[in-house]
Amino acid sequence: MPVASMTSAAAAGSPVDGALATATIVLSLVLAVWALVAAVRNRPPDRVQLAGLAVLEAGLLALTALALVALGGGERPGEPGAFFGYLVTLVCLPALAWVLARMEPTRWGSGIICAICLVVPVVVVRLQQTWEVLGG
Amino acid sequence: MVETETPRRVTNAGPGRLLIAVYLLFAIAATSRAGLQIATKFDEAPVAYLLSAVAALIYVVAAVGLARAGHAGRRVALACCTVELVGVVGVGVLSLVDPELFPDETVWSEFGSGYGYIPLVLPVLGLLWLWRTRTVTR
Repeated sequence: MPVASMTSAAAAGSPVDGALATATIVLSLVLAVWALVAAVRNRPPDRVQLAGLAVLEAGLLALTALALVALGGGERPGEPGAFFGYLVTLVCLPALAWVLARMEPTRWGSGIICAICLVVPVVVVRLQQTWEVLGG
Repeated sequence: MVETETPRRVTNAGPGRLLIAVYLLFAIAATSRAGLQIATKFDEAPVAYLLSAVAALIYVVAAVGLARAGHAGRRVALACCTVELVGVVGVGVLSLVDPELFPDETVWSEFGSGYGYIPLVLPVLGLLWLWRTRTVTR
């Protein structure tokens, strides 16, 4: 699992600010653009979008694992309440997009995936900010 | 773009589902924010935090109203979107005129600028959608 090898690199700084976090942001944005193109072309969510959501979810779960490993190692986020709120929300987002998109097999389903994939990077960045801030 | 779809009469399908998704996102964001603020630092800015809680509640009820899609659901959604629009414009103006009133940010401060002005656009889209899906009585 790549989680173990990345933990040592992240241990020095924030566990949610590394290659994996960047990868989830990039993937989410690419997925948002892909879904937007599908919505504009009047296409329902295709396999690429649904597979993308699954990969995104896996990436976010791996990110959560990194955060939990860091917590187990005694590190603490700057704003714990907000951090865990964002973390829980974050891992729910791709699942929410999946469920809503499956309920709406039209262009608007692609629109839902686009909208939620635009929110994911914002939440990842907020996650990083709430880990960093010390004392507020 | 050419309108090819047949006119819909329900609020919870097509564009409406996208609208509900965005309302859900705001319901989650506003609820968790208000919950955290009230739980950890209510004394700092009680008005702002209570307002956050009210806004959160309205987003939740609006999402449910749109999702229920029946006659009652429409009325609930209509009420919520109206209150939201009045709220976001009112609080937006107040937060500019008298920043002391809301010492901490709320979803509706400065017309929702902290949320990309989506709180300002959302009720308008909601009202437009309710109008588009209205049942025409002949």
